[in-house]
Amino acid sequence: MTAPVAWDGPEGKVLPVVTAPATVLSTVGDEVDPADPAVVRLAADLVATMRVSPGCVGLAAPQVGVGAQIFAVDVTGHPKAATTHGAFVLCNAKIIEASRWKAGREGCMSVPDLTGDVKRAGRIVVSATLPGSGEAVEITTDAFEARALQHEIDHCAGKLFLDRVAGAHAIYQRKVYL
Amino acid sequence: MHELAITVIGPDRTGIVADVSEALAGVGANLTDSTMTRLRGHFTMTLICTGPSVDEASAALSSLGDVVTSVRSVAPESDKPDGGDPYVVSVHGADRLGIVAAVTRVVAAAGGNITDLSTRLTGALYVLIAEADLPAGSADELAEQLAVAAAELGVEVTLRRAESEIL
Repeated sequence: MTAPVAWDGPEGKVLPVVTAPATVLSTVGDEVDPADPAVVRLAADLVATMRVSPGCVGLAAPQVGVGAQIFAVDVTGHPKAATTHGAFVLCNAKIIEASRWKAGREGCMSVPDLTGDVKRAGRIVVSATLPGSGEAVEITTDAFEARALQHEIDHCAGKLFLDRVAGAHAIYQRKVYL
Repeated sequence: MHELAITVIGPDRTGIVADVSEALAGVGANLTDSTMTRLRGHFTMTLICTGPSVDEASAALSSLGDVVTSVRSVAPESDKPDGGDPYVVSVHGADRLGIVAAVTRVVAAAGGNITDLSTRLTGALYVLIAEADLPAGSADELAEQLAVAAAELGVEVTLRRAESEIL
């Protein structure tokens, strides 16, 4: 079954990924108009860039240099995923419920040399709008997809996982490159 | 550019990190990687910096008073990971002589490179947590060897993969 939020927009182009330090990664993204054709193009570009990046399960607009509240996620097939909604793009997403907090070590394409221990909710409800249709959706998810959504929503708010690490000795040199 | 390796150890007090880093900033030292913690109440700081000469950095730190410092010039090393799979070794049990030596020797013999380690003694309980890069495919055998060593020491050991999710 295709999830109702799944991305089925146009083919996008692959954009370069911005790495820290970069002002755009620490700037609160602007809310977007999901019906704006430029936003739909950006959605397509995020999906295209995510798909060509090895191991990439999510990409937010600030990571391609655009300070906007829009991101793509696709955790399909990931061993830690439980609930999955395929590849999708959300605009102006907000977490409205969060529970089952759990620490885990995560990394980011925009911070390529480090990982850090970050507590994330294992179950969340997110409200957002879909690019193109502008349809308002509520997504309930868990496990790895929940972690990915929280990571991308943080990007849209100008936050990196570094802003949430559990302590002074909770950052690590990244050893596994995908 | 040459690098300096600096250690500072002394009684902990409020403001000691600020004092050390301010003294070094005053002679143009750019701190790169550093770690600071309290070990049984002693302030300990180890850092790498670039900029000043050994003499300049030593003079700046000599104003700090009640601390032991060392300043040496070191050749820059690559900080790229050597490869291998990241694992965490946890050991806990009753304190006795030689736990760290025995456990780390087993890891080294398996080709594992320890990249981070801390130990704490609280009451009778001794705790060791180490991060190690292990050669691919070596973890199961190492886990068995660690279990043997732990049984001899009378402590508990676990070896688990330090999984990270790249988002």
